[in-house]
Amino acid sequence: MSDAALATIVAVAMLVSLIVYALLGGADYGAGVWYLLATGRRKEAQRELIDRAIGPVWEANHVWLILVVVLLFSAFPAAYAAVTSTMHLPLSLMLIGIVLRGSAFTFRHYDASAPRRRRWGRAFAAPSVATPVLLGIVIGALAAGEAAPRPGEVVDLLAPRWLGTFPLTVGLFALAIFAYLAAVYLILETDDPELRDDFRRRALASAVVVGALAWLVYLLARTQAPLVFSQLDASPWGRPVRIATGACAILALLALTTRRYHVARGAAMVQTALILWGCGLALYPYLVPPELTIYNAAASRRTLILLLSALAAGAFVLIPSLVYLFRIFKAHTFTTTD
Amino acid sequence: MSELMAARIQMETSLAFHIVFAVIGIALPFMMVIAEALWLRTGEPVYRLLARRWAKGSAILFAVGAVSGTVLSFELGLLWPRFMAFAGSIIGLPFALEGFAFFTEAIFLGIYLYGWDRIPPLAHWFAGVMVAASGAASAIFVVMTNAWMNTPVGFRVVDGRPVDVDPIAAMMSPAALAETLHMTIAAYAAAGFAVAGVHAFLLRRDRSNLFHRRALAIALAVGGVAAIIQPATGHYAAEVVARTQPVKLAAMEGQFRTERRAPLRIGGFPDPAAGETRYALEIPAGLSILAYGRPDAEVLGLNDFAPEDRPNVRVVHVAFQVMVGCGMAMMAVALWAGWSAWRRRAVPDSDGFLRVVVAASPLGMLAVEAGWVVTEVGRQPWVIQGVMRTADSVTDVRGLWVSLLTYSALYIMLGGIVVMLMLQLFRASPEVREAGGKVGGGK
Repeated sequence: MSDAALATIVAVAMLVSLIVYALLGGADYGAGVWYLLATGRRKEAQRELIDRAIGPVWEANHVWLILVVVLLFSAFPAAYAAVTSTMHLPLSLMLIGIVLRGSAFTFRHYDASAPRRRRWGRAFAAPSVATPVLLGIVIGALAAGEAAPRPGEVVDLLAPRWLGTFPLTVGLFALAIFAYLAAVYLILETDDPELRDDFRRRALASAVVVGALAWLVYLLARTQAPLVFSQLDASPWGRPVRIATGACAILALLALTTRRYHVARGAAMVQTALILWGCGLALYPYLVPPELTIYNAAASRRTLILLLSALAAGAFVLIPSLVYLFRIFKAHTFTTTD
Repeated sequence: MSELMAARIQMETSLAFHIVFAVIGIALPFMMVIAEALWLRTGEPVYRLLARRWAKGSAILFAVGAVSGTVLSFELGLLWPRFMAFAGSIIGLPFALEGFAFFTEAIFLGIYLYGWDRIPPLAHWFAGVMVAASGAASAIFVVMTNAWMNTPVGFRVVDGRPVDVDPIAAMMSPAALAETLHMTIAAYAAAGFAVAGVHAFLLRRDRSNLFHRRALAIALAVGGVAAIIQPATGHYAAEVVARTQPVKLAAMEGQFRTERRAPLRIGGFPDPAAGETRYALEIPAGLSILAYGRPDAEVLGLNDFAPEDRPNVRVVHVAFQVMVGCGMAMMAVALWAGWSAWRRRAVPDSDGFLRVVVAASPLGMLAVEAGWVVTEVGRQPWVIQGVMRTADSVTDVRGLWVSLLTYSALYIMLGGIVVMLMLQLFRASPEVREAGGKVGGGK
């Protein structure tokens, strides 16, 4: 197998991990958003539902991000070094968000005092909103070519280059997607029709926001991320991916209105996966445009082969374990009850 | 403050913080699994309670360990991008394997914590075994990368870039076996003693409490066995350091002059200006024997190395003395407990013994922190021994003090909260009554 093919396979593995992180960990962020926005008579019931739904899978859902980072720095060390230098501040803020919400979520579970548990709830929810925005900002800045180090540039922590309209819009887009996913999932986590309806309304509202922001990102990309835009717009696969994404979005909306929740969940997941897949294709072959590609930033052939072997061996342990985890705690959401 | 200093302090703070949680994350699940195994065998409810209690502790500590570990994986790049650009492809493999071990741990911890009444008891116990095993595995993989930083192999440098990279050879670097053995066993010793201390403290207040009595027995068995074998792995680790990093050995021992029949120094404070270590108890030829097995073996002194290649001898020597001292004290307590248990067929429970266990409980963590200072500060000024200097790997980003202050504040806050939650957990000991029936004293 050629070196280029090896690098591509590792890059695809990274993208797939990122997609799974969005589908699982991302939904946990979204759940945090709904935790914060819980309202009305069923406020506490909504929060309990969220707690119960994410508790058992919480830790496992978040390791996917570590996998992406580890693959990035082992397989494409130059790209990792570039991104961590130019994106120092948003990444740091994102980390602080991860630390705060990760620990607050667990503390909430184990704290004996009720008023403190409420405070932990807020400490979990607030960074659940900020962190995905920062993650989106980093991806947006990357796509806009703002993550590449400029010759002789010294990054000042307090004078950021990543705070443009485009990265910010992508950040909000990420937040909206995560909230949408969470709402769609949460419907199936309860049998209570009123609670189901609460999250159904939230899912419909966020679906509309996702659609609007997707359009805005696409429009802004034309001028602010031309490299990515040209691939998304003009390449032979650009249109089919966009059409498929749109079709999933419409299917999810229809399924939500007609209360076919399993269909809605499947469609929303495919929709999200396609959005990220489209991002990956639009960026290809770049990791950090306009200079670092998956070819010129790749580690040696031997390292890539060993990494892929480790991935295969790891999957051998992980996939059955994950299936077991989800069968124990999520089986009820896969059997149709209505 | 220079950017380098800020970066170093931030990295040190993050690691010093994370290491406590990593250590408990390795050993506490192991104790929890022992308790549950005893429950499965004897049917005594107190063991089930114990396993559940330790599981709660594991959950809190795992969460903080996981987030601080996530921070570290990013900080490698945020603070040391050139190190990662150079080393990423060489040591990425053990990191990837660590990622999988961590992943397995997270999955089975979820199953263990939330699956008590949802899966068969044996399957549940097996989930606990997976947590304990993958915790140990991830520690081993991480320490392997650290061993490589101390004894880098598996590549050649051409024009400042690594070529002929062999990640397997890098993983199996000369220090790998010594460091992984020493660190893993240290984790069991440190966590065993820390937990034993808590239960000894509570047992002193409530002598008839079977819960704390059983907990103390398990924790002491785990911590004690580890503490007794630890000096052997420590000796082996020191031999490897003598062979591969003579300058680090010299700093550990406060050895300034190259000499045969070098003495072993106990205590003492190095004076780099005068080139000697004062106030130490010196055992003639002790160091030559320990490091090389011959009394007349030559031990290199710091003076034989260029000043810019020497680590901070004061810090390294003092940390080394602290580590060894703590280790010896823990071994003494373990021997006392073991001897008494063998003679009386029961864990000693005299007030004096319990007091000593309480006093000894922080020693393991102290030894772990000190030992980590020895290996890391002892490698300075190199980030990769002999290949890349720490100063050359630091990020170009300016204003790192902001980041340092923020992270430090975050860690102080988190540490405080964890202590508070753990105290809550310990105070809730009357739960023993829920175990049903009488829980009389063991006397």
